[in-house]
Amino acid sequence: MKYILMMNTMKAGEGVPCWPKKDLQAHVAFMRKFSQDLRDSGELISAEGLSFPDQAKVVRASKDGTPITDGVFPEGKEFLAGYWIVDVATPERAYAIAARASAAPGPGGAPLNMPIEVRPVLSAPPPEML
Amino acid sequence: MAVPIENLLRDLTPQVLGAVIRRFHDFASAEDAVQEALLAATIQWPQEGIPDNPRGWLIQVAGRRMMDYLRSEEARRRREELAASEAVQLAPSADVEPEADDPLTLFFMCCHPALTPSSAIALTLHAVGGLTTAEIAAAFLVPAATMAQRISRAKASIKASGVPLQLPTSQERAQRLRAVLHVLYLIFNEGYTSSAGPHLQRLELSREAIRLARCVHTSLPDDGEVAGLLALMLLTDARRLARTDPDGELIPLTKQDRTLWDQVEISEGIALLTATLSKGSIGAYQLQAAIAAVHDEAARAEDTDWPQILALYELLKRMSDNPMVMLNHAIAAAMVHGPSKGLELLRALDSDARVAGHHRLDAVRAHLLEMAGDHQAAVTHYRIAARRTTSIPERNYLITQAARLSESTASPDRAGIAPQS
Repeated sequence: MKYILMMNTMKAGEGVPCWPKKDLQAHVAFMRKFSQDLRDSGELISAEGLSFPDQAKVVRASKDGTPITDGVFPEGKEFLAGYWIVDVATPERAYAIAARASAAPGPGGAPLNMPIEVRPVLSAPPPEML
Repeated sequence: MAVPIENLLRDLTPQVLGAVIRRFHDFASAEDAVQEALLAATIQWPQEGIPDNPRGWLIQVAGRRMMDYLRSEEARRRREELAASEAVQLAPSADVEPEADDPLTLFFMCCHPALTPSSAIALTLHAVGGLTTAEIAAAFLVPAATMAQRISRAKASIKASGVPLQLPTSQERAQRLRAVLHVLYLIFNEGYTSSAGPHLQRLELSREAIRLARCVHTSLPDDGEVAGLLALMLLTDARRLARTDPDGELIPLTKQDRTLWDQVEISEGIALLTATLSKGSIGAYQLQAAIAAVHDEAARAEDTDWPQILALYELLKRMSDNPMVMLNHAIAAAMVHGPSKGLELLRALDSDARVAGHHRLDAVRAHLLEMAGDHQAAVTHYRIAARRTTSIPERNYLITQAARLSESTASPDRAGIAPQS
């Protein structure tokens, strides 16, 4: 079964974390190993990191179909920082993987305990309809 | 290279691989050795002719490659052990009897109890089916690197499990055969999707499942459940083209264009089923095949022998815990005795832990409520089921049914499927 694990941890106006260099490196190393471990276990379908919210635009169609772009967001709105899509045998396994991502180290090396949203990806084959 | 040689090699590969693994206990190296033997065959056979015992020839050549590998790995202990068996088992090709090796060895290895279903599926398609990692990955919409890892970890799990590769007792063999049939059933269901549109690039998993089921049936022609599974696959696959509309949306069985059903597959399925049932055996796959046959034999939906289907589901219920069986039983009961009877059976299922909370319970309830004329409740349950399914085509189907029903100002007769009781 496929699940998406979403890190919705970025906020408008926030910048790059200003942690000590050692802590930044530990965080990056953790994330790199995390994805690699999922590759090694044969569970990773895809993983992406997204750019900062200041690069985000909301696009709507205007009356003639041309895009209207808007870069202004309400304060406190959460943005997707990145996601993993995994293919696992049980939902419990998806939650365990998400818990590991959540515990990525932050300032002082302490686990960040970020909230990770986990949802099934619609990928099941349909049954015979009678 | 001549096509007959290519086909012969493809058919022999799983048996040769199984034989080499059984002797040398090293899956990955055995694969390399067998690949080399196949290569040697493609070069030599066109020139020298196909040997009298092509299978024995391949096992012998692959065995020699394995010996070279083991020597170069300096596995002295193993070499001494095998030197004794080498004289017996790598004898000149004429002495290698097909019966000395179980042709299903490789199947049994790939459906090993240490593996998860998806690992067993990947390994079976790779080692027995001969599919490339890329083909299997594409079929399951998974990156190739992920699938490669899954397969190599599966092989490592088997090695690490310590479960012997031989199946000494007939009970173990029977258990493992059930696992093989289950894996093939899962492959078939996964592959039984629309073959139209962008999916044309994907390998037809359902065809591969049928091909592998045929291999097992050829090796075990008297096994009723093996024949039953193959018949079930054929009788289900026969409906493939009618199952979806040009946009890939699902069409229920009762509304399919039966002129699109593959009559050749139906005939073959029915013949297989008739032969196996006449032997007096009965099993879950045979029953499911019988039900599929009853559907496939009806020229029009209204000609369907629902009482016979109901009787078959009553039997099937006794041997299967599968929620789908209980739900389909309720539908059959509704078709024979009226929707209230079906709804009554569903109410009993609400407290059955195996089915309660399953999204299809709501989908079937919606269907029966519609039959009974309670459109408002039907719409509610179609929508509940739609919110909880993890299949996109099924979700679209359920949402559409809800929309259709809530738009219509139908009287119960408009539903058109109430039985004449």
